[in-house]
Amino acid sequence: MKEKIKARVMDARKIKRAFNRMATEITERNRDPNNLVIIGIRTRGVHIAKRIANLIKEFDNIEVPVGILDITLYRDDFSELEDKHVVKKTEINFSIENKDVLLVDDVLFTGRTIRAAMDSLIDLGRPKTIQLLVFIDRGHKELPIKADYTGKSLPTSRREKVKVKLKEVDNKDEVLITEPGGIE
Amino acid sequence: MTLLIKNGHVKDPFSRLDKKCDILIKNKKIVDIKENIKEDDHKTVDASGMIVAPGFIDMHVHLRDPGQEHKETIETGSRAAAAGGFTSIACMPNTVPVNDNSGITKYIISKAKQKASVNVFPIAALSMGQKGQSLTEIEDLIDSGAIAFSDDGMPISNSQLMRRGLEYAKELNTLIIDHCEDLDLSSNGVMNEGHYSYLLGLQGIPDYSEDVMVARNIILSEKIHARIHFAHISTRGSVELIKSAKDKGIPITSEVTPHHLFLDDSLLTSYSPELKVNPPIRTKHDNESLIQAVKQGTIDVFATDHAPHSPDEKEVEFNEAPFGINGLETAVSLILDKLVNKNIISFNRLVEMFSCKPAEILGLNDKGKIKVGADADLTIIDTQKKITVDVKNFFSKSRNNPFQNWELKGAPVMTIVGGKVVYSLLK
Amino acid sequence: MSFDKKHLLGIQHLTRSEILSILDTAESLKEISRREVKKVPALRGKTIINLFFEPSTRTRSSFELAAKRLSADISSFSKTSSSTVKGETLKDTVLNLEAMQTDALIIRHSASGTPHFLSTFCRSHIINAGDGTHEHPTQALLDAFTIREEIKRFKGLKVVIVGDILHSRVARSNIFLMNKMGANVTLVGPPSLVPSNMAQLGAKVDYNMDRAVKNADVIMMLRIQLERQQKNYFPSIREYRKLFSLTPKRFETAHKNAIIMHPGPINRDVEISTQLADSLKSVILKQVENGIAIRMAVLYLLLGGKERDFTD
Repeated sequence: MKEKIKARVMDARKIKRAFNRMATEITERNRDPNNLVIIGIRTRGVHIAKRIANLIKEFDNIEVPVGILDITLYRDDFSELEDKHVVKKTEINFSIENKDVLLVDDVLFTGRTIRAAMDSLIDLGRPKTIQLLVFIDRGHKELPIKADYTGKSLPTSRREKVKVKLKEVDNKDEVLITEPGGIE
Repeated sequence: MTLLIKNGHVKDPFSRLDKKCDILIKNKKIVDIKENIKEDDHKTVDASGMIVAPGFIDMHVHLRDPGQEHKETIETGSRAAAAGGFTSIACMPNTVPVNDNSGITKYIISKAKQKASVNVFPIAALSMGQKGQSLTEIEDLIDSGAIAFSDDGMPISNSQLMRRGLEYAKELNTLIIDHCEDLDLSSNGVMNEGHYSYLLGLQGIPDYSEDVMVARNIILSEKIHARIHFAHISTRGSVELIKSAKDKGIPITSEVTPHHLFLDDSLLTSYSPELKVNPPIRTKHDNESLIQAVKQGTIDVFATDHAPHSPDEKEVEFNEAPFGINGLETAVSLILDKLVNKNIISFNRLVEMFSCKPAEILGLNDKGKIKVGADADLTIIDTQKKITVDVKNFFSKSRNNPFQNWELKGAPVMTIVGGKVVYSLLK
Repeated sequence: MSFDKKHLLGIQHLTRSEILSILDTAESLKEISRREVKKVPALRGKTIINLFFEPSTRTRSSFELAAKRLSADISSFSKTSSSTVKGETLKDTVLNLEAMQTDALIIRHSASGTPHFLSTFCRSHIINAGDGTHEHPTQALLDAFTIREEIKRFKGLKVVIVGDILHSRVARSNIFLMNKMGANVTLVGPPSLVPSNMAQLGAKVDYNMDRAVKNADVIMMLRIQLERQQKNYFPSIREYRKLFSLTPKRFETAHKNAIIMHPGPINRDVEISTQLADSLKSVILKQVENGIAIRMAVLYLLLGGKERDFTD
């Protein structure tokens, strides 16, 4: 389905500021940064996780390990995915036993992705705490899930889509709202 | 009791008849053949637009009766034959028990007299129990009505037994029919050996397992000066051997089935047990060679090797399924559509191979011809009639026919046996 | 990347892209078997039946574990004799099992074409775990996965398969798969067990082991069934060993990074000399571990997600 751009709600500068803010909040709230690990949910959550880890290193000179989580096998909402059968690797090369896990994703929508991610984490070990960072919270939650750190809150309608574009994958940083329509 | 066949086009290569005329039948015999016979108070059949031929004879049929009546009986098999345009059939002895004694032969003849729609001629076993060790009482069996001898189902592997059988049979002027197969070469095989058997992982039967026995039989026939008839020829190797033998004047004859002419082993990729038969369906090259042999007269007769099995028996893994293809109700249409209507052979050649020649080979002197004094066995054919094969409508108990849904042009529309109409699609 | 078939009946009708889907998925699933909690809920609630009509502990337990690690329910039925004469026909047996609302049937049977036969009347997804001498697709897939791990490519690889090719379903599946991936296959063995016409399946045929093994990248040894000697396929084990067994001397002429593979179990000192058998052991263990990942991938691709409508 062809999508057309409705609005550009964040540009590169706004995004940079949001990242700096969130990184600061994280180091403020986590008294023991050596017990922190960051796990990004594929695909864009991973890049966001890496950027956060880099900022923490910049601010406090602490190396926080970053892992990659693929939650395809835990999903319960296959209709959301186009290519539902592509399962990629989960790469977490450290133990999460007793750690403070910061789970990172690009957009919080229904909350089902996060639920699947938590189930997956618990199968991998027993974390001490799990905190959630999302870059955009767009509302319409279907489960009682709340983010601890949010880049931006963005009220949207159901038929709209939120696209978080990152330099690492999309060649530029921006956040767009799109809706179905547009000419072929 | 009289019957008058009017307005049909009569074709009989034996009597050299090829014209529109009428045939009058009285007391099971043909009594008059000429144009415009008066109707009077005869029962009349209008055969306008149809071809009237001497009754077809299938000299290779398995009736499964006695012993395996769940597959077919003398009654149901004969109805299938009538629907297929056949007026006479010869049935093989591999029943349960085997037809190797006069008791079974007489049973078959008597049951046929009561229940069969067509003439049934039992072929008796050549060896006791078809075990290939000792000869049956050939003279006694001929006396009881056996028309020929064969161990079909099985080959006559023991060359010494075949020799003795030929010497004996020759004196009694009877015929031995051999199913040519070297059992060691073919052992455990379920389909033709070749690219497809390798592809499908199925044990193959090499074509030369037939050729070596054809060669042996030709040599025996020559040395003993005795007739041998080869059942269901399936390979180009056999064709070449038979051609050379005939050129030398050796008294051998042979038959071919429609499935060996028109099906090839590439079809086996479906693993469908409908296609499991012995001798197996071979390659396209073999098909072509057999068709040429039919055209040139190297092969004498069409026969179906009608081998009925109950549907349950065939609905299993390929390896477990019994061998055999049901053929009585599709043979004539297949030959009409694929050979006659495609101008590969003439209609007369078809009549020769379905009627004149089998009668001659089996010594049925009053059959296979339209002549005053001959038996009133006739097959009436509509060469333009279109049919779609549907096994659900078969008269046979069995359904194991691989031609399901084939669209064919040409079909038998009436079968007359001894002056009685036993099958008719005409009004 | 996609997998659109209802059944896995063999390699012959898979596309290269489908094969890559399976290999890539297996790669992602492999680490699950190394976790402490070796389970993910992907196939939770699916019912699978292992129908083994030929004895086999390896393949059967491999499929069982693969299904359980994806949280499916799996039950194994084994029958040593097949249908008719002895009682219930195969068709009746399978229909009875399907009535228990199964989602997939994994079938191993001694008659070639059995999975194809089942697919004509079954509702469930059918997975071929080895049919007669026809195909053994998951074995070829795990072999390919192992080759990809060790050598990282297929194109232009020289793959040599040695042994009773005529009766080997592993050989057939591997011939089809290697061809689709662009590798070159050479078949080696006695002429009675490697008829020259088998080259038409997509391989070269060579009766000279020394010549065939030179520069090979992958050498797949097949098990010789000792009963074949009784049927005169070859005169004696001694002759077979002399002509076709993989000795250190022969192996030296192979490519320096060549790997030896074997579907197991090995006849020591028949197909392969003892010294090499030990080094072969480590690849065999890898093949076994990869077998689980491949079977998980196959089950996931056929059964994962919403049930699709296969109307054909």
